[in-house]
Amino acid sequence: MTKFSLYFYAILVIFLVGCSQNASTPFSTNGVLNGSSSKFEGNVSDPSSIAFFKSNVGDRVLFPIDQSDVDQSGKDILLGQVDWLQANADYKIIIEGHADERGTREYNLALGARRANSAREFLVSRGIESSRIQTVSFGKERPVELCSNENCYSENRRAVSVVSNLNF
Amino acid sequence: MIQPIDAIWNNRAENEELVLKPFLVIIFISLTTFAQSAPLRITITEGVIEPLPYAAPAFIGETGASNEVANKITELVKSDLFGTGLFREVPKSSYISEIDTFSSAVQYSDWKAINVQALLTGSVLVTGEKLSVKFRLFDVFSNSELGKGLQFNSTKQGWRRIAHKVADEVYSRITGEQGYFDSRVVYVAETGKKGSRKKRLAIMDFDGANSKYLTDGSYIVLAPRFSPTGERVLYTSYETGTPQIYIIEVATAKRTVLKNRKGTMSFAPRFSPDGQSVVYSLEQGGNTDIFIMNLRNNSSARLTSAPSIETAPSFSPDGSKIVFESDRSGTQQLYVMSSLGGSAKRISSGEGRYGTPVWSPRGDRIAFTKQSRGRFHIGVMRVDGSKERLLTASFLDEGPTWSPNGRVIMFTRETQGERGVSALYSVDVSGRNLKKVTIRDGGSDPSWSPLGK
Repeated sequence: MTKFSLYFYAILVIFLVGCSQNASTPFSTNGVLNGSSSKFEGNVSDPSSIAFFKSNVGDRVLFPIDQSDVDQSGKDILLGQVDWLQANADYKIIIEGHADERGTREYNLALGARRANSAREFLVSRGIESSRIQTVSFGKERPVELCSNENCYSENRRAVSVVSNLNF
Repeated sequence: MIQPIDAIWNNRAENEELVLKPFLVIIFISLTTFAQSAPLRITITEGVIEPLPYAAPAFIGETGASNEVANKITELVKSDLFGTGLFREVPKSSYISEIDTFSSAVQYSDWKAINVQALLTGSVLVTGEKLSVKFRLFDVFSNSELGKGLQFNSTKQGWRRIAHKVADEVYSRITGEQGYFDSRVVYVAETGKKGSRKKRLAIMDFDGANSKYLTDGSYIVLAPRFSPTGERVLYTSYETGTPQIYIIEVATAKRTVLKNRKGTMSFAPRFSPDGQSVVYSLEQGGNTDIFIMNLRNNSSARLTSAPSIETAPSFSPDGSKIVFESDRSGTQQLYVMSSLGGSAKRISSGEGRYGTPVWSPRGDRIAFTKQSRGRFHIGVMRVDGSKERLLTASFLDEGPTWSPNGRVIMFTRETQGERGVSALYSVDVSGRNLKKVTIRDGGSDPSWSPLGK
């Protein structure tokens, strides 16, 4: 990835996160993402912090309707995650797969699992140990954007890498 | 007779169990040798039905203390019958004769004159915490009683169940089909904002009364399913952080994880008709297939093996087949296979996607969710995929469940937008009689119990 595109995606991610109040801790109320609570995230100026990972590296890839293959922009984000995970070997990740609301509940659970696994396989193919990665699907249960049109749906079809230095 | 019934009473009173016994067989005998019209009967068909006019004078309270419960029971019986769309109550203001005592002779001519075809009478006795309800049903135009009088005993708190049982009996005698009022629904109660919805397993009477939470909402739960006897419920839970299958005892709310394999997700569990096995989906490495687990020894066997998503299985009532959804063709469609696995035959053939198939209790139909042109529908089709009929349409309808007699379908309807909420609705298999089920919270993923015993 060129420096320019890294810069571009970092800006894009900052923009997207800035648009969504909930983006930083969408599931913390469920006790699922122990590592995502903001007091553990550190300072965004520290390149080894979770805050830096989320805002500068990019914690999510998005998918077109019904798709679970990672596209080029998704691969660029994941390559950034590979670099970061190699530089920060103490950290593990849980990849959360999600779907938009335009599907039935159980199918969307399976679709979210496909998406999380696509991201996982890409990271593993670039050298991240599989033991550092877990996946979980939330199907359509935890939308990050709440409107009922494609502007929101496209943000909800996502695989989010949640970084944690806690053991699984 | 008295002794054994008291014994049953004493043993079961605390559990609100009901004792059903034939009562007072015939108080008077109709001397009419030839009825002047065909026996009273509603045949439930797909066509438009003219509701049957009936009268249900307030059940007689046998003591002053019984009157309040008597009135509540009468109202609930009428509410159940009205809710079917098959019955029309002739109001009290039209009555020519009153029912003052339960045992007095019915003046058929007085009821015929106001075009009442069925007459329901009852009496209620409250003694301390005990409740006893008797009722009789009359076929007015045949000048005869329809079936024998019945008596139900319970605790006073069990009055709603007794009323539902009376209504089931009336429905059954007039339609010739089993009723569905003495039944419960397990569902997911939803509160809180759309992006962080709190989801609790909950159980209620079919009409929304007596709702109770079974889980505390600290983790997401999805898609519960009743066991064939209604004593246990399967569901999917995030309690461990990853979706896994749980089983919960309805009476005690004691829950046990059934599948808990690290790195995999198990979901979409349903009981086999004998209650001994669970068919479910297991996700491994991003791929979802259908498996079956023997509950006696927890051993599992694979039923499908494909790189596509296979989920939402449902047994045929005879246990020989399983209908499920798969996107092996590129989009979600419905397939039927043997319950031993093997090749599967696609049954859905219309435009759009088909999911969440549920085999009917009679075995002759499959209810499903259909997505087509941006709308969601609940529909039914024959088990070979023919005679598809859509019953509903909205922004998001999904997850049908059958009433125990196969005449009504309950499902989830979700409204759109940031303030979108989920609610439970029911609709007759004919497509008529769509209505919202009244519950305290939002609701989704209903599963209807078998009829109470």
